[in-house]
Amino acid sequence: MAGLAASFGSGAMSNSMDDVAKNAKAFFIIGSNTTEQHPVFGTMLRRAVRFRGAKLVVADPRKIDITEFATLHLRQKPGTDIALINGLMYIILEKDWADKQFIEERTEGLEEFKATVMQYPPTLVSEITGVPVSQLYEAAEIIARNKPTAVIWAMGITQHISGVRNVMDLANLQMLLGNMGVPGGGVNPLRGQNNVQGACDMGGLPNVYPSYQPVTSEEARKKFDDAWGLTSSTKVGLTATEIIPGILEDKIHALYILGEDPVMSDPDTHHIRKCLEAIDFLVLQEIFPSETAAYADVLLPGVSFAEKTGTFTNTERRVQMVHKAIEPLGDSRPDWWITAEVAKRVLIGTNNRVPREAPFSGWEYRDTNEIMSEINAVTPSYGGITHQRLEKGERLQWPCPSADHPGTPVLHTKQFTRGKGKFAPIDHVPPAEEPTDDYPMVLSTGRVLYHWHGGQMTRRAKGLMEVYGEALVELSPNDAEKLGVNGKGIVRVTSRRGSIEAQAWVTDRVPPGMVYANFHFPEASANELTLAALDPVSKIPEYKVAAVKVELVG
Amino acid sequence: MTINIIINGKKIEAQAGQTILQAAKEHDLHIPTLCYHKDLSPTGNCRMCVVEVKGGRFLQAACVTPVWEGMDIQTDSEKVVKDRRLTLQLMLANHTANCACCDVSNECELQELVYEYQAETPAWGTKGTRYKVDSDPNPFIHVDMNKCILCRRCVQACAEIQVRDVWGVAYRGFQEQIVAGAGTTLLEARCESCGQCVAYCPTGALSTKINYGQGMARAHQVTKVTTTCSYCGVGCQFDLVVKRGKVIGVASNPNSPVNGMALCVKGRFGYDYIHHPDRLTKPKVRRYLLEGGEKLKTNRKSEIANPKLEWVETDWDTALNITAKKLGEARDYFGSDSIGILTSAKCLNEENYLMNKLARQVIGTNNIDHCARL
Ligand code: SF4
Ligand code: SF4
Ligand code: SF4
Repeated sequence: MAGLAASFGSGAMSNSMDDVAKNAKAFFIIGSNTTEQHPVFGTMLRRAVRFRGAKLVVADPRKIDITEFATLHLRQKPGTDIALINGLMYIILEKDWADKQFIEERTEGLEEFKATVMQYPPTLVSEITGVPVSQLYEAAEIIARNKPTAVIWAMGITQHISGVRNVMDLANLQMLLGNMGVPGGGVNPLRGQNNVQGACDMGGLPNVYPSYQPVTSEEARKKFDDAWGLTSSTKVGLTATEIIPGILEDKIHALYILGEDPVMSDPDTHHIRKCLEAIDFLVLQEIFPSETAAYADVLLPGVSFAEKTGTFTNTERRVQMVHKAIEPLGDSRPDWWITAEVAKRVLIGTNNRVPREAPFSGWEYRDTNEIMSEINAVTPSYGGITHQRLEKGERLQWPCPSADHPGTPVLHTKQFTRGKGKFAPIDHVPPAEEPTDDYPMVLSTGRVLYHWHGGQMTRRAKGLMEVYGEALVELSPNDAEKLGVNGKGIVRVTSRRGSIEAQAWVTDRVPPGMVYANFHFPEASANELTLAALDPVSKIPEYKVAAVKVELVG
Repeated sequence: MTINIIINGKKIEAQAGQTILQAAKEHDLHIPTLCYHKDLSPTGNCRMCVVEVKGGRFLQAACVTPVWEGMDIQTDSEKVVKDRRLTLQLMLANHTANCACCDVSNECELQELVYEYQAETPAWGTKGTRYKVDSDPNPFIHVDMNKCILCRRCVQACAEIQVRDVWGVAYRGFQEQIVAGAGTTLLEARCESCGQCVAYCPTGALSTKINYGQGMARAHQVTKVTTTCSYCGVGCQFDLVVKRGKVIGVASNPNSPVNGMALCVKGRFGYDYIHHPDRLTKPKVRRYLLEGGEKLKTNRKSEIANPKLEWVETDWDTALNITAKKLGEARDYFGSDSIGILTSAKCLNEENYLMNKLARQVIGTNNIDHCARL
């Protein structure tokens, strides 16, 4: 969430799901297929619209399920989000709907930002995005005149080469409208996996220690050096999307992967396979023999969430208990135990890197409660979040710095982490790959309601497979007719990187010129087609736009 | 505005605008309910919550009748009890009485009340099986309308919680029944298989198909463990239902902070991967690692052909020592930054913290990431 960090000084969902569902007068959903990806939150939004009369603007090239409830659906062309958002802000400024008091008191950088936005008059924006001018006005009015409006997004905004700047532009919008720090407003990125938020919070990132303490800061480095008796350098590490290609560049020689499946989830599968074939040593800690397991040298059997106790942090920064319900299956072990054993054995095995005596230099943990105590000591935002408090039924959202702190449901109420919120001038850039004569259509990728990510879990759930048992490629009736796909048919989708064959699903969910595919099934995974064009800051791949051609196979 | 009412001869304070049921509840006075559920809007159609109001000609449904100043209410008078018993008997007359075989027996709200009011099945008998058992092809939801008491909670749960409007009421009188869409299958009526209707159904008319007959409701045989969903970032909580060391299902836990009783299809019905036979249950290493040979850099197709790349099951010590040795060697030979660590957005905070500590302290690299970007 580098975009929010730049605008506000910290990046996470600013409000709570329950708060926006109860208090927002309007919602602006952009790049989030909420009802399929975050289903229970999706139903909270539907309730707000139906029973409370909240207004809803959805901006999405696809006619996703939530559009059924929308006051207005904008179908912008894929990869034109910045132009769209700038266009809306142009109108807000033109109509004098900005919150001047908020801007005055809480933000900086308005003038330079304004100069950029003024380059986006509605006629031009309509040309770039394909959204009619009248709809731009209507959308701006709904978003600006219903206060507060909550802005909600997900991977549809971040999985672009301009992902970080997309996010910063949404932050601009909410500052312009004075919707930050208030119930029912805010910037609300929905995190995909159950514990993405927690993995980020715990320092599972190349640039930060737990609680977003930058590795480049000598002060942070010293703090962890003192806590652990030894730590890494102040050099930012490689991201996942750099680590794997780094194998072929001779930078990476060994990989330790915990419960991830890059063959399914990373862009350009063909290249990923080639990289993994070349690794010197790969240890994979998993519950299933995933697609990635074929490339592993050692397989360590971890356990499912039902077999261990600890915490997850949801998309709204809420830390919740996970409880062991059954014993680990067979000879599998909890992942925390395995990691600690690996660490201990590496430390015993060499005298090259030996930690000094320090409060947390050791690796003897009886349970995750002991690990949490260590987290409390070195992670300011989790300082007061203990298993004991959670077991008592306390409901805690970080930041929760001390044992008597009640947690923080809404961020930025008095001031932003960085002091004043910063308006950033953001310009539209076209996607990395645009349709050409050879590859005339746009591919966008994502998940469906019945499956999850690389499908390791959901493809092993019988009922889910009965409802959605094979990869489907969404194709508009218009294109289907051109290709001769008559109701049903197998299509081949080819990009510059690879090709998949799958059953076509002819539906007006996708606009003409666009196909949509998922990456739940290894035999037809969309990531065979996607390109590894990365956002320059976040290194997130552009999953939402690739040029492809589509042919009828049978 | 506070007003005074009398319940069972006792003076109590209530708020204007409250229903009798709400006022009674606030003072811990029990009134039985069946179609009423606190999450759903009250309809007053089952008549279990009837009470006697002094001066009134008819019994009143407590869930929809507002209190007024000086209202004098009897919640358990003989007349009330008789009426409730008759209501239950009328329900039983249209309900296949096969509790012993029913999947929700023990958790069934109808059964509870029938016992409490000793409402024997009337002599004029039950009408027997009128509808097909397991009448809907939805893979998750078991429909047996022979057990339906027409309380309409399912209709409301789908409309008011899921906002999907799948269930409706068709026909009148004895023919009255609950149908999906215009009498189609659930999936055709755009059901999202969230199971909200199942969770709110007070009887066995709607139950879970994927674990039917496994004894989900048999409290003395199962334990329930509250936990957090392993799929998406909404973070719903629910109870895992465990029987003889096996997770047999998921039950809504009304105290869940984010979601209350609501869940989605993955959270409620996507648990069976836990015991899937594909689960890795033994550490495994490639044969060449045990024999001290070099790794053959080759693609996975030749894996089958090449015996050196065969998987061999081992004990933990062997697998962990090989792992530690290989990581240590790479670190010492190529440098700390030659190792990449991918931690997991599916694992616990505590586990991610340890992966971060392993990368930075033990290995000495910041090359750690996970699929947040993907
Ligand atoms: S499962 Fe969900 S969507 Fe389907 S009928 Fe029941 S409540 Fe409605
Ligand atoms: S199916 Fe269940 S919830 Fe629905 S009306 Fe019948 S008894 Fe009530
Ligand atoms: S039940 Fe569904 S909405 Fe809730 S956390 Fe699980 S996957 Fe997400």
